[in-house]
This record gives sequence, structure tokens and C-alpha cells, in this order.
Amino acid sequence: MLVEVIIEFVQTLAVALGAPLLVGFVRKMKARLQGRRGAPVVQPYRDLRKWLAKDVVLSENTSWIFRFTPYLLVATMLLSALIVPVLTTHTPLGFMGNIIVLMYLFLLGTFFLALAGLDAGSAFGGMGSSRAMAIAALAEPTVMIAIFAIALRAGTTRLDHIIVHYSADGLLVLNPGHLLAFVAFFIVALAETGRLPVDNPATHLELTMIHEAMVLEYSGRYLALIEWAAAMKLFLFLTLLANLFFPWGVAPSLAPAALVVALVVLVAKLSVLATGVALLETALAKLRLFRVPELLSGSFLMALLAVVSFFFVA
Amino acid sequence: MVSLWRKIWKTPVVTEPFINSDAAAAIEALTRQVEAAAFARLGRSLHIRQVDAGSCNGCELEIGALNSPYYDLEQFGLHFVASPRHADCLLVTGPVTRNMADALRRTYEATPSPKIVVAVGDCAQNCGIFAGGYGVVGPVSAVIPVDIVVSGCPPAPRAILAGILAAMEKPR
Repeated sequence: MLVEVIIEFVQTLAVALGAPLLVGFVRKMKARLQGRRGAPVVQPYRDLRKWLAKDVVLSENTSWIFRFTPYLLVATMLLSALIVPVLTTHTPLGFMGNIIVLMYLFLLGTFFLALAGLDAGSAFGGMGSSRAMAIAALAEPTVMIAIFAIALRAGTTRLDHIIVHYSADGLLVLNPGHLLAFVAFFIVALAETGRLPVDNPATHLELTMIHEAMVLEYSGRYLALIEWAAAMKLFLFLTLLANLFFPWGVAPSLAPAALVVALVVLVAKLSVLATGVALLETALAKLRLFRVPELLSGSFLMALLAVVSFFFVA
Repeated sequence: MVSLWRKIWKTPVVTEPFINSDAAAAIEALTRQVEAAAFARLGRSLHIRQVDAGSCNGCELEIGALNSPYYDLEQFGLHFVASPRHADCLLVTGPVTRNMADALRRTYEATPSPKIVVAVGDCAQNCGIFAGGYGVVGPVSAVIPVDIVVSGCPPAPRAILAGILAAMEKPR
């Protein structure tokens, strides 16, 4: 029993420690696609370590919300990591949290980050917050509809049950509803994690920022926590895409052999998805802000079609 | 888009290795020293905030070149950021003008320590051709403490890079 609990927590640890590596991998891929040598894949760890060791400069205009938000972000991400089946369908909190809880945990972080962006009273922070809220409001219906498309066919909203149900379905990837839901969820994942074409994680221009604009006022350990949480969010979204839509390889038991296989398969799946993200970010320019609703409504339409198709192709 | 992919596929990594010329060899040696000693302090990660205190933008062009695939600043763990609160290093160019003196001072205060200041270009060093101008307060060192000065009008990108790496190495 104790061993099982420890193994279940190991997968949470995999999220916490693997997230910066994933970000480093995406950056390295992008650098290679741009003909650069790029930073080593472990660079995000070095950045985090440095920020943790640095002083914090706080604006005197900030309130407790500003100091509280980084901890809340990390807490919600770690809690999400207890719900998402990363390596095995046995998750510590899988019995009490389903996919809807998960999405609103993410949203809680987004909400507080927007508040923190407003807190310091800087012009760019407020601009970032208003944009982040606009995009969150547009992405939310798509997230829910895409989730319902998945949950309808599995007959449950529990992540572990969905994965068990889908692993048994051999014709899964040929199901049109499944593919539509995948594309819809992928677009929303890009929007929620602040990647191109919605937000640019590598930008230096305040006027083009969304997520970066909200965290402009953060420094030192607070910045480290926020960057770590953002990396975990990307990791969790890509893991959801990998494990919900292509559920093969996720260990149905806690047997060591199955877990090793699950780890290898997860690394392979995440590498493919991260490479896809890097390819997209190289080929696409950031969308003009007023074009983002069009992208997200397109994604909403695909999610809706996925739900409708359930009633025709079960 | 197909032609873009073809182009990306054909283009090799264009980042130059540091062993081509004498100057580059010197920097290579410097990099190794830095790796041994001072990267430990900031852990091979340095975020840079560039401050234009009244420059003619000649230095900015050379600094901008550091971001290009040819010099690829990122391979050393160096990175330009948009906020002084994220930065460890201020890269200041130009003679400090009256309008920018206060902004520069506040940028310095907004940067969390440990922090380093690199003054880039002859103007930042001694006001260059603008010395004595009615709008000029003085060189960068007249306003904030400077760790390393990179001279040149404008300095070459490799010289700026060497300056940043040297500033990281400098004990404090």
C-alpha cells in the first residue's frame, strides 16, 4: 500500500521536475529550426536556480495578492499533477477530481495571475491582464465542449476512466469526432499556455505580450515560481493531449515494467507534440489580437462538431 | 509554407564557433575561465536588460546582432528581457542625457541584486563626441556604478559579448 502511494506521487514529481526540461526542449528545437545553436536543454533549470537565489524587488504599491499568486500558481499546478494520469491511471486524487475540476484549477491560476498583473498598477500589467481574461473567456467554452466530446464517448468525466475506456478502443484515431476534439483541444492548449499564434513566449515587446506582460513586475523567487508553474501548465496540457487522445502506453497498473514502458512512451509522445509546437511556432506569426477570437471560434466549432458527431458515429 | 520548410531544412546551424580568429580564441579562453569560476555565481544564466540612455543607436545595432543566429547569445545562457525586474545585467549605451538620467537610476534600483552593469560604447565610457553637450549629464559611471566598460564606436558584437562574460567573471 505504502509503495503504491509512493509510486503515485512519483508521477507528480515527474511533472514538477520534467516540466522545465520540456520547455528547454521546445526552445532547443526552435533554435535549431532558426539555424541557431541554442541554449542547452537544461537551461530552464539554471534560470530557475538563479532566480531562486536572487533578491526580490517589490513595488510598494502591491498588496498581498501579488505575493500570494506565485504560490497559488504552483499549488494549483501540483494539485493538477495529482489528478492528471501522467504515467499510470492510478492517480492520488483521481477519485475526487475529474477533468472539469482540472480545467477550473487552471482557471483559478489564470484568474489570480490577472489580478496580480493589475496589482502593481503598471500600464503593461493591466494590458496583459485584460488580454489574458479576454482570451480565457473565449477559450473556456471550447475547453468545456472539447472535454464533453471526450467524456460523452467514454461515458465519464474521470480522467483515469476515460483513458482505460479509450485504450480498449482500437479504432480510436479513425473516429472523426475524436480527431476534431483533438484539433480543438490542441488550439485551446496553445492559447491557454501562452504559445504562438496567440501569445509569444519569446517576445521582448511589451505591446505584443500577454502572459509576459502580467509577470513583468515579478523578480527573484516569485518569478522562478511563476515560470515553473507556466512550464508545468505546458507539461500538463501536452500530457493531457498525449494521454487522452492517444491513450496507449499509460500503465493500467503499478507494476514496475508497465511504468517503465509508460515513461518511455510518454517521453516519445511529448517529444512529438513538443516538436509539433516548435514547428508551428517557427512557421506561424503571432495573430493580430483581434484575429484571435476567429481562431478560437474555429476551434469552438470543431469541438461542437466533435460533440455532434458522437450522436452519429459513436 | 512548403518553400519555408525547404529553406529551414537546407539551412545548417549558422552559429559560428568561437575558434576562427585570434579575438575569438581569446573569448573562447575567457568563456572557459568564466565557466570554471564565475558562472557559478549566477549559474550559467544571465538575463540582460538593455538601457538606451541617449545613444545614437549604433551600439543597439551591434547588440541586436548578438541575437542573430550568427552570434546566438542564447547558447551561453544569456537572454534579453523586457523588464529590469527580470534582469541580472544592465547593458547601458550612450552618454546619459538629462532626460534619461533619472530613468537609468530607477532602472538600476528596480533590478534585483546581485546585478552587474556593462557600459557599452565610447559614449557610455566618456560621452564620445557628445562630451560637453548641454543635454548630457555625463558618462554612465556618473549616474550608476559600472562594472565593465566595452569601448568602441560602436564595439563589435564579439567585444560586447566578451564584456558581458567578463562582467560575470568579475568578483564582487
